[in-house]
Amino acid sequence: MLTPSKYWRESPQRYRLEAAKCTKCGKVFFPPRLVCDSCKNGEFEKTTLPDEGKIVSYSMIHVTASNFSDEAPIALGIIELDNGTKITAQVTDCTEDELAVGVPVKLEFRKVQEAGESGVLCYGYKAVLKR
Amino acid sequence: MEGIVGYGAYIPRNRIKVEEIAKVWGADAPSYKKGLMLEEKSVPSPDQDVITMSVEAGRYAVKRAGVDPKEIGAIYIGSESHPYAVKPSGTVVAEALGATPDIHCADYEFACKAGSEGMFVCFGLVRAGLIKYGMGIGADTSQGAPGDALEYSASAGAAAFLFGNDGVIATVDATHSYMTDTPDFWRREYQNYPRHGGRFTGEPAYFKHTLGAARAILEKTGLTAKDFRWATFHQPNGKFPLRAGKILGFDKEQLEQGWLVPRLGNTYSGASPIGLTAILDVAEPGERILMVSYGSGAGSDAFVFTVTERIKEVQDLAPKTRDQLDNNKRYLEYGEYAKFRGKIRKIEE
Repeated sequence: MLTPSKYWRESPQRYRLEAAKCTKCGKVFFPPRLVCDSCKNGEFEKTTLPDEGKIVSYSMIHVTASNFSDEAPIALGIIELDNGTKITAQVTDCTEDELAVGVPVKLEFRKVQEAGESGVLCYGYKAVLKR
Repeated sequence: MEGIVGYGAYIPRNRIKVEEIAKVWGADAPSYKKGLMLEEKSVPSPDQDVITMSVEAGRYAVKRAGVDPKEIGAIYIGSESHPYAVKPSGTVVAEALGATPDIHCADYEFACKAGSEGMFVCFGLVRAGLIKYGMGIGADTSQGAPGDALEYSASAGAAAFLFGNDGVIATVDATHSYMTDTPDFWRREYQNYPRHGGRFTGEPAYFKHTLGAARAILEKTGLTAKDFRWATFHQPNGKFPLRAGKILGFDKEQLEQGWLVPRLGNTYSGASPIGLTAILDVAEPGERILMVSYGSGAGSDAFVFTVTERIKEVQDLAPKTRDQLDNNKRYLEYGEYAKFRGKIRKIEE
């Protein structure tokens, strides 16, 4: 379960796809890191990831955690965004037979999970098929 | 001159037909379809709510406006289905748009009129010179009790309008608000579904206020129905807005583009604002638009807009409203609809 503080810390990435670009070698990290694993540089500039890409792999989850039961079965995908960055995201509003590797998607703002009946609501990106 | 600089609408892809709801409750679908002029309505997915739809509509509005979100000085979201009882929807939307932290946010409530309230206040703040840009959003995942007449119409959608005085696509020429204390529809604290006064929602409520605001703004501006290319009214069902328009002298051709309710349903705070987005999608420079909202309780906000040359540059920059309404639809059976809308009682984990 996400705590409000952890959710809040991740909101630049979850809400606005903010990534870190190494000022020395240009490698992009999402989520941001403190040290570049390529050139060991410690300085980054903020960059925003594109909100479109394609599915490079996916898996259907039929037995979900209880807070996802209303959406079961859910698809979890690895999405390669248009700049080459790969992210993991739920693929929503689709059926299993619509999914395939290479299918174009865009990222939409969705409710990711609820912390129980009275806890914080967590929002962020999910992928939807471009139709 | 101040006006709309960007706009956007968002409609979920799920639909349920009137026949599917009527089948469950033993109701006569043809009489609902004829009586309320409804065919189907939009339904939000379990991971959609007022906040998510507002972000999408807001992003489209920013895209069409082509402005830096940091220059937005206010975001007001009108809804009767804010996800939190205590915690603003506006802060999430402002954060997602990249408009924080130097911004004023508030969530508005006035039944189905809350969206136009946000628009009214943003326009006023821009005209006063207090902010550069302000975003007014009308959004709802409308509630309708199982088996109630409202269940055939209560739907989901959002519309966002960015107001400013630089790069205007439609000037605001006049506004007028008209309201009285009229208890035609309400929802008490801790209640899941609203109650309404049946036929009392018609003449003394919807028509009195919608026509009152419209007549007042026409008198204020010296205009008549013939001076407008388009008009859109709050649309709780198919019949009410057409009848209001006809009484005021508008013909069906002026009303049809913004008349979305037969296939969208009643998006409550989003209703007339989404109608306005559908009009802006096809409007030509120089055309005049009348918009009149209605919120139970009760009141109406009226706006007169005139479209500028810049409209042609922005119409194709984001998804159009009728494209979202007509394409990419997914039809639900009642059981799935009931699950999506949280109408099934489950064991608490």
